[in-house]
Amino acid sequence: MRIVAEHLSYVYNAKSPFATAALRDVSLTIEEGEFFGIIGHTGSGKSTFVQHLNGLLRLPSSLKRRKKRPKCKKGELPPPETVLRVGEFDLTEKKTDFRALRKSVGMVFQYPEYQLFAETVRDDVAFGLKNFSAEKPSEEQIDGAVKAALEVVGLDYEEMKDKSPFELSGGQKRRVAIAGVIVTRPEVLVLDEPAAGLDPLGKKEVMELLHRLHREWCKTIVIVSHDMDEISENCTQAAVFSEGRVVCVLPPKELFRRADELTALGLDVPLTAKLVSALARRGVEVDCDFTTEDFVQNVLALWQAHGGKGGGA
Amino acid sequence: MKAIEFTGVSFRYEEEGPFVIEKLNFSVEEGEFVAVLGHNGSGKSTLARLANGLLVPDEGAISVFGTPLTEKTLFEARRNVGVVFQNPDNQTVATIVEDDVAFGAENVGLKREEIGERIEFALRAVGMEAYRGATVARLSGGQKQRVAIAGVLALKPRAIVLDESTAMLDPRGRREIVDVVTRLNKEEGITVVLITHFMEEALLADRAVVMNRGEIVMQGKPEEIFARQEELVTYNLALPRIGVICNRLRAAGMPVSNTLSAEQLAEEIAKCV
Repeated sequence: MRIVAEHLSYVYNAKSPFATAALRDVSLTIEEGEFFGIIGHTGSGKSTFVQHLNGLLRLPSSLKRRKKRPKCKKGELPPPETVLRVGEFDLTEKKTDFRALRKSVGMVFQYPEYQLFAETVRDDVAFGLKNFSAEKPSEEQIDGAVKAALEVVGLDYEEMKDKSPFELSGGQKRRVAIAGVIVTRPEVLVLDEPAAGLDPLGKKEVMELLHRLHREWCKTIVIVSHDMDEISENCTQAAVFSEGRVVCVLPPKELFRRADELTALGLDVPLTAKLVSALARRGVEVDCDFTTEDFVQNVLALWQAHGGKGGGA
Repeated sequence: MKAIEFTGVSFRYEEEGPFVIEKLNFSVEEGEFVAVLGHNGSGKSTLARLANGLLVPDEGAISVFGTPLTEKTLFEARRNVGVVFQNPDNQTVATIVEDDVAFGAENVGLKREEIGERIEFALRAVGMEAYRGATVARLSGGQKQRVAIAGVLALKPRAIVLDESTAMLDPRGRREIVDVVTRLNKEEGITVVLITHFMEEALLADRAVVMNRGEIVMQGKPEEIFARQEELVTYNLALPRIGVICNRLRAAGMPVSNTLSAEQLAEEIAKCV
């Protein structure tokens, strides 16, 4: 499912003294199959944007019975029309089946383990499935789906199903929470800071899990992250949000070449980009895609070209 | 003087359960800045909760600024050792910043004027004096966490324990907290125990301590600890990305050191090529 947003704006507490514009005229396309990263400060609008993708935040036009034509003064162009489409779903329309949309677009919030609630892991994972299925699934169907979802997140069904989700370790809880979202087999999986608060090893495991899901389970993955290293290592494409606008959309390879611009926005850059610019200041040009692997290979190649091993040059 | 001293401390959450901390000897000097590292479940948070009497050890003794921690001295110990936790949203009790900062000070029964002065001092120390009358719920994560620190500071503690207090913050919020804590340590002489997953934060400490299965397995200057990378990995601590890069380059025979500074590494690479 392709995600297309054009001229998308959103105001919190509209028509009140607390009105804050969270999105200002955002246009962004996320192609099917992408491992998409969304970067930006707290308050830059990234979470507001992703909450639109499964209709948690709705456009005013999708809530009213009839679309109102925007008023405009004589001689002025009407404001550009807002477009928000996820695959077949037109999210500006009231007629849209939002329940079906939510089944196809899974949303994993920050710290999803705080949302675990059921008595057993099986019931917790099954909850979304029961809610989103058009027909009531049979117990066998539920068991099968829960089993598959737990297994893809790397948990053993037999061992886990009757346990209380609250007696699991932090990393396991997060896996169960993710299983509870992917159990409906969404085509798009959106995760808000999936690795936040985990220790470095836990982070690594979560990112490996997401790659596995991307290969075997969900066509498109969208992650919101503050961690530039995470973006540069994992994403195929990244959008930078700032003050409710999209500043740029580029593959990390090109994005982090513009390290200065990111720094100017107050954003971090990945370590590899810091090294590349520190080397450039010393007159050493390293051309890499900002993954650790590629950086190391390129540096080693340069070194070998200069006499390399044992040369000490 | 020792700010916090653990002697042969063991603790488990359930009777008959496994010990989360076992025969632990650990001490922090007054005025010291100590970073505690360790993977999830290594006993770091238990350590924080033991240090100000939120948990009571099953064996061994804990003393705080020379006073043994017992039921009688518990409240004095809590005044001396303030703990800031991970989730900013779980640590606020009032809706307005100054009320929240005053909460602890009110609870220990200080005079009204005194409380006013302490709020003033605490908010200034964390750089939040402009937000005195602000609604806590409308602050950013980093700001909320600074208010939580101010609430602890209003009790004029001699030591602060931060239990992964930066884990839920964005990079900017994290920097705010680390700056405040470093300044409190250097300028106010407050003892700091910083429990963290972020290796860069540990670099600012005088001493780093690595925990594994409730024991201290490594300690020393942060740079020395990070130089022992193979060992860190065995304690389930993933290396920071720069450590991975240094290791890869060295494995290929390139003469670079085990530095954690990007500038330093760039300098060394530049010399080789």
